[in-house]
Amino acid sequence: MTSEPENIMSLTKLSVSAIALLAASALTASARDQLQISGSSTVLPFATIVAEAFGEQGTFKTPVVEGGGSGAGRAALCKGVGEDTIDIANSSSKIKQSDIDACKANGVNDIMEIRIGYDGIVFASDIAGPDFALVPADIYGAIAGQVVKDGALVANASKTWADVNAALPAQDILALIPGTKHGTREVFNQKVIEAGCKDTGAYDLFLATAEGADDAAKAKAALASCDTLRTDGMQVEIDGDYTETLSRLAANKNAVGVFGLSFYENNADKLKVATVKGVVPSTATIADGTYPVSRPLFMYVKKAHIGVIPGLQEYLDFFVSDDMVGPEGKLVEYGLVSDPELAKTQADVAADTVMAPLQ
Amino acid sequence: MSSLFTQDKKTTARNAAEKRFRAYGVVAITLALLALVWLLISIFGAGLPAFRQTFLTFPVTLDVAVLDKQGHALPAEMAKVTTIGYGKVLASSLAAEIAAQGIDTGGMTAKDLADMISEESAATLRNKVLGNPALLGQTISFTALANGRIDGFFKGRVTMESAKLDKNTSPEKLVLAGKLRDAGILSIRFNTGFLTMPDASDKRPEAAGLGVAIIGSLYMMFVVLVLALPIGVAASVYLEEFAPKNRWTDLIEVNIANLAAVPSIVYGILGLAIFINFAGLPQSAPIVGGLVLTLMTLPRIIIPTRAALKAVPPSIRDAALGIGASKLQTVTHHVLPLAMPGILTGTIIGLAQALGETAPLLLIGMVAFVRDFPGAPPSGLFDPASALPVQIYNWTQRSDPGFVERASGAIIVLLVFLIAMNTVAIILRRKYERRW
Repeated sequence: MTSEPENIMSLTKLSVSAIALLAASALTASARDQLQISGSSTVLPFATIVAEAFGEQGTFKTPVVEGGGSGAGRAALCKGVGEDTIDIANSSSKIKQSDIDACKANGVNDIMEIRIGYDGIVFASDIAGPDFALVPADIYGAIAGQVVKDGALVANASKTWADVNAALPAQDILALIPGTKHGTREVFNQKVIEAGCKDTGAYDLFLATAEGADDAAKAKAALASCDTLRTDGMQVEIDGDYTETLSRLAANKNAVGVFGLSFYENNADKLKVATVKGVVPSTATIADGTYPVSRPLFMYVKKAHIGVIPGLQEYLDFFVSDDMVGPEGKLVEYGLVSDPELAKTQADVAADTVMAPLQ
Repeated sequence: MSSLFTQDKKTTARNAAEKRFRAYGVVAITLALLALVWLLISIFGAGLPAFRQTFLTFPVTLDVAVLDKQGHALPAEMAKVTTIGYGKVLASSLAAEIAAQGIDTGGMTAKDLADMISEESAATLRNKVLGNPALLGQTISFTALANGRIDGFFKGRVTMESAKLDKNTSPEKLVLAGKLRDAGILSIRFNTGFLTMPDASDKRPEAAGLGVAIIGSLYMMFVVLVLALPIGVAASVYLEEFAPKNRWTDLIEVNIANLAAVPSIVYGILGLAIFINFAGLPQSAPIVGGLVLTLMTLPRIIIPTRAALKAVPPSIRDAALGIGASKLQTVTHHVLPLAMPGILTGTIIGLAQALGETAPLLLIGMVAFVRDFPGAPPSGLFDPASALPVQIYNWTQRSDPGFVERASGAIIVLLVFLIAMNTVAIILRRKYERRW
């Protein structure tokens, strides 16, 4: 029994010295030597592919890439300047004035905006189900809160897709759409719901009754009415990733889900893609603009970190190189749509051009 | 008329009630076991393939003219050839081997052939050559990872039908993969890389491993052990042996019990505010994860430790005090050693809970793509790392179907760690626990 007290004393000594060691090393923690990137979960797979290829060349460490959403990424970028803040925010939607103001308030004055390419948003259903040939008006008619009937706005009562458009399959409506925290939702609202709202004439009816100080405020109110979707369970907002949409779709074969093009292409053996306005989504149809539902993807870079955090400029140059985002690049193989104006982006990145104020 | 031999109505009813109750118990246990079996089957069914991997072994000619244009064998000059260059070397070597063995490729292009090799292998080869420039000009036997779709074909995840619809592969490639297997170029072996290699991007699920996550988890457990054990034991000993019993200690006691029940995400929010935003510690670092988990584990160590101290009979304290030992001597010489098995068991179970915790780590940036291994401790504790449970979470969100298998495989690894820790706790308790 005599040895046990000694054991305890040595254990105490050991832990005390370990704490002291930790505290000492906390003070001497070395400068950050790898990039910290955060933001859109749509851009995440593209960013990890580039980070991996960048890191394995051996000159710099592999950047650490986090998801979390476009808005969260931009908020993290705008927290301030310094090693304990991130260097790049990935975003699937354009930066907002409120972000820029938040950045300014925290001393982040110079932000570079880099458009890395385009991403298609596709509608897909179970591979064994019927074909869908959609137009924005159909999707609006299926999931909007109010639709036009005999020249007046009524609550949406459609039960099946055939109720919306006789040419569509008589399949129960169940749309799995991205939740509001996703950048994808913004594009979905803008390019599908609001387009469909205008095409069906609902927008004009909303506008006629909209309240607001001036025309702009009225138009904004009308669009907000367009974006108000039905709440009777025929559309489900998915706050998780596309994998969640896919598993919901596997559980309910009647569903039609919203996916990113690259996700669809990696799961093409399980999903059947719908045409929109008669166009099949592909990198080619999105690049030439015939497929209507696409959006640009961005990186927002804190210019103050260039030259401070090692490898930032090199990473940016590497990201926009032809090997990565060019028409034959790695990311295009994975489903990114190459930007036709890539040469200008490359020149801007090389010159560290800061973004112009928002219009 | 009732007798001992004929049961009256009430006795029958009572006996029937007991029988029913037993049946309910059996049904409940059966349901629980079925759920467990179903869980294990689904995890092991999906996850075991992650421990086997498809490899391509073929001679690779390391041409000096391609890999070292200057011809000086200097690593700095050779580093100019990127992994893309090494990928081409691998592809042409594979094509040469296929031609040499007389295998019919069915008219596949050079690019199709290159697609059968994982991109990761180009990086492996490049590191190998840069590490040993003497290899230049030689023909070495090299084992490359096969592409994830080829791997999936041998594991039943990819079929000829699905390959037709998949732009990442084609039925021709799968047919060729079958021929390569017959020729001995392609083989399926145990995948040590799953435990040693870092995470990989969506383009190469076949290369994704748990190396960084396991190290990150070990670092965090180290931090938790070093901080939570002494603090927890000191707090328990003080509360149990020294503190006066008054309203304040009662309040502390209630708070500790409540803290043990606080949802773990709350500790994540606290950690983000204190350690990252206020103290300025780095994101994604095991030290922050360890500190957050320490906060979470502390009450879970204090409660069993106090129970273990309470279980030491007062007669031992009285005897020690009676022969003139001080209070501190009584505690350190007698009470603590006797309570040690209980304390260690509580600590290990607390650590096991911390090991499987995901939610607080989400908020402090541990759910990130981290490919570089953290350095050796102590400075390595400040390098970015992943952790086992968040790696599982991360992989379930990837678009490539190959990651489903990886995620389930990672669950198996985590379960093995948890079972091992709990077994140690049980053995300690069985072996050293004393009853009075």
